Amino acid sequence: MTTTTTTEDTPRASKVPLLELDNVSCEYKLNGGGRFRAVSNVSLQLGRSEVLGLVGESGCGKSTLAKLICGLEKTAGGTITFESHPVKPLGLGRRPKNLLGVQMVFQNPYASLNPRRRIRDQLTDALALDPEHNWTVESLLEAVDLPLDAAQRFSHSFSGGQRQRIAIARALAAGPKVLVGDEPIASLDAFLQARIARMMRDLAIDSGASMIFISHDLSVVRDIADRVAVMEAGNIVEVGSTDQIWNDPQHPYTKKLLAAIPKVDGKGIIPG
Amino acid sequence: MSIGTPKQPPTNTTSASAEVADRNPVDRGVKRWQFRFPKALRTPLGFIGAIILSIWLIVALFAPLLAPFNPLAQDFPRLSAPGGGNLLGTDTLGRDVLSRLIVAARTTLPAAVFVVICSAVLGSVLGAIAGYFGRAVDEIIMRIADLVFAFPTIILAMVIAAALGPGLKNAIIAILLVSWPSYARVTRSLVMSARNSEYVVAGRLLGFSAGKSLIREISPNVLSPVVVLATLDVGSAILTMAGLSFLSLGVVPPTPDWGAMISEGVSQFAAWWIAFFPGLCILTIVMAFNFIGDSLRDSLDPHTAQEVGETTS
Repeated sequence: MTTTTTTEDTPRASKVPLLELDNVSCEYKLNGGGRFRAVSNVSLQLGRSEVLGLVGESGCGKSTLAKLICGLEKTAGGTITFESHPVKPLGLGRRPKNLLGVQMVFQNPYASLNPRRRIRDQLTDALALDPEHNWTVESLLEAVDLPLDAAQRFSHSFSGGQRQRIAIARALAAGPKVLVGDEPIASLDAFLQARIARMMRDLAIDSGASMIFISHDLSVVRDIADRVAVMEAGNIVEVGSTDQIWNDPQHPYTKKLLAAIPKVDGKGIIPG
Repeated sequence: MSIGTPKQPPTNTTSASAEVADRNPVDRGVKRWQFRFPKALRTPLGFIGAIILSIWLIVALFAPLLAPFNPLAQDFPRLSAPGGGNLLGTDTLGRDVLSRLIVAARTTLPAAVFVVICSAVLGSVLGAIAGYFGRAVDEIIMRIADLVFAFPTIILAMVIAAALGPGLKNAIIAILLVSWPSYARVTRSLVMSARNSEYVVAGRLLGFSAGKSLIREISPNVLSPVVVLATLDVGSAILTMAGLSFLSLGVVPPTPDWGAMISEGVSQFAAWWIAFFPGLCILTIVMAFNFIGDSLRDSLDPHTAQEVGETTS
């Protein structure tokens, strides 16, 4: 079952979607032969200045979908368009200029920064992309609450949360129209998760970008997303505004997911 | 291109910095992150290696001043024992062994360093291309490398040197041709693992071309293992070169060369000094390069570097 929402659901979204996925599928070849359909016939739309939360359990295809949007995986069918440019898989050549507006924040902050380059150099590379030059290295570091001397340092001197903030700063520096967060908070502790997620949302919206925020943490998604898409086994089973999904879930899987959120009620019951 | 590992300003706790300073008296008072080559000297072996190597560099540099006699002049009694007028004795043609040893360092050292730099550059460029682009490019380059690997190094070097004819230039070409594949292999595997890492993908998402991605993002991360390998390889290049000279495929007589001198000494076993001292020269210099290479490897090892970083974060 595949559900697409109409733009009426979301007051923020304008008529023409910024990013549109139409019937997109993705398959992986399995080692023993055969194929695994990681994403199957997904249709989604992302409007301007909108935060879409993508939730689902591990292995349901969330990350694959993020990679498809960035052109890091080949589609097995369907089309992805960003500002009416088709998203083509990134081969060995340079990424097309008109797709540079889609940037990604990766899951693992320990792997997403170059260990042998100074933070300043990595941010400067990204800054070169933004034609309007809204940011400087200093203002970026300030925006993500890092000290200015961080620019001169290497990534190994930062904690996981700090690294993730640098990664967010780098993605923002490129002046993205769509910021894709592929479980950017998954490897952070509970206190940081909400803070980093909030920071991502605020920075993305303030800079006029939309965001696709992938997470399996529903409470954080509820806090920051305007719309939520629920994914199960490669399919989008339900899309709706955050309130709608939260208060009136339609699909049984959504209900199950919501029921699985741990509640601090002192009863000592393990949910699920 | 710097070979030093990334340093960070000493913003750490006092105990950690004091510990580092104790192990590293050389750096004390120097701004550490500006000091290019500090960690290599931190181990006793690295220090010994550096001293032996610098002695050899001085010897090679000032060879004409240090050599007591003309290395080519056959002025002395044949096969005179060490001591007396000739400190290390004379060879079968009455030439002073010490002078020949000192002058031989002038050809051996630069030639070995040159051949290693050439093969490191050639091998790692080819390896990086193979690792980054994969598929057909990878297959072609690496199968050629395998072809070279299929033969024992010295045998193949002998064949090539024999085919090209004796001479220092041809010996260098021969060693270059047999030693590049090890760099290609190391660089290829490093580049392959680096190119799928998220920081490289992030760079690609920022619109880096393949070349920019290789040079800016990947090369700083693969450079140090290649440098370590190259340092260790200088020793084996010297050995191979001596081996070729031993077989009269290297430096042409009468130019003094350690390998050729050993070859000469083998036929004069009673005059042990003819072969012994050049052997000692080869031993010390190869050992020095291996010591330096080992301690370089320890200090440039990403895991060790990571630990240093973690303690200060």
